[in-house]
Amino acid sequence: MPDVSIRKIVTALDEIHHEGGPPAAQPLLRASILTVIANPYAGRYVEDIQPFMENLRPLGLMMAKRLVDMLGGDAKRVEGYGKGAIVGTGGENEHGALWHAPGGYAMREVLGGAKAIVPSTKKVGGPGTRLDVPVTHINASYVRSHFDAIEVGTPDGPRSNEMAVALVMTTGARIHNRAGGLAADAITGEDGLK
Amino acid sequence: MTAKIRKLTVWVEETLQEMGQEISPPTRKAVAAAVIENPFAGHYENDLSELMEIGAELGGLLGRKCVAALGIEPNAAESYGKAAMVGENGELEHAAAILHPRLGAPLREAVEKGAALVPSSKKMGGPGQVLDVPLGHKDAAYVRSHFDGVEVRLCDAPRADEILVAVAVTDSGRPLPRVGGLRHDEAQGSDGLR
Repeated sequence: MPDVSIRKIVTALDEIHHEGGPPAAQPLLRASILTVIANPYAGRYVEDIQPFMENLRPLGLMMAKRLVDMLGGDAKRVEGYGKGAIVGTGGENEHGALWHAPGGYAMREVLGGAKAIVPSTKKVGGPGTRLDVPVTHINASYVRSHFDAIEVGTPDGPRSNEMAVALVMTTGARIHNRAGGLAADAITGEDGLK
Repeated sequence: MTAKIRKLTVWVEETLQEMGQEISPPTRKAVAAAVIENPFAGHYENDLSELMEIGAELGGLLGRKCVAALGIEPNAAESYGKAAMVGENGELEHAAAILHPRLGAPLREAVEKGAALVPSSKKMGGPGQVLDVPLGHKDAAYVRSHFDGVEVRLCDAPRADEILVAVAVTDSGRPLPRVGGLRHDEAQGSDGLR
């Protein structure tokens, strides 16, 4: 079973005070972590790729914990999340799908059992490719104020034999959210949707 | 604070491997960026002292953010750099007013010492544009292993009436330096050059 070989880690923390409207008393925090790893299946077609999912679990946990730390260390502060992957050109989009289970599992674990599906996106791309990682509320996917996206990427990755896996977390709604819909304080938070 | 900050972002990039070689400890670069309102957008102003004051504020704020993101003592910082990108309703001289007269002293306080010139770059630009922040050793500009750069990019800034200001701090040089020249451990650090 292939190990996870990490070449680099890029973190980013956004602190948003306003976007032209009234400055928030508490700025919105948005954290992302992107890890560039070797793609053990690059360069050829491999039928059975699932063993690598198990290897990715510790990486997912490490990344999820670092996001919570970046947001102040209290998992209860986290209200939104998302995940994504950029597969280098020697691999296939399907390799990015290996990140679904370990990335999602890790964030739910660290956040103490979040209910909503973790929104995700993936693509194949070369160094410098940017990925807009979708964000939704951790307990109720329909919370409109928390729909967002965070851009991740790094100038020198993923190389062709690599993939870059991302997790993101936020502390709340868009800074001037006022587009209506289900509000965070109106959810039941049991089915992951409403 | 004179600066009207819309958002702050702090990136950290850690390199654990390069060309199959383990980098131990990993090399690490931090960049902190502030997106501020340009008080002189849309009109010619001869006296740029307000931007100079903003530069002094941001040199300290962004320098401390980098050091905090690296989790190091200030004197463990090894290289630094600064850059600004002015949105389309401003002028290049606005970047110069922020970067050159007063930003350096509080940045040097944040990294303790800093005998060397802070390398810089500037340009006009719009949202999503890349700004390359040059890096040089903070006490001895000729230390060859620490000549480097780091990219900054925000998908939503600078808007026309904004300026993106970035400060970068590292606790290390390039991952596998082997092109000779003055070394970090040979630097005197008294004249800022060697």
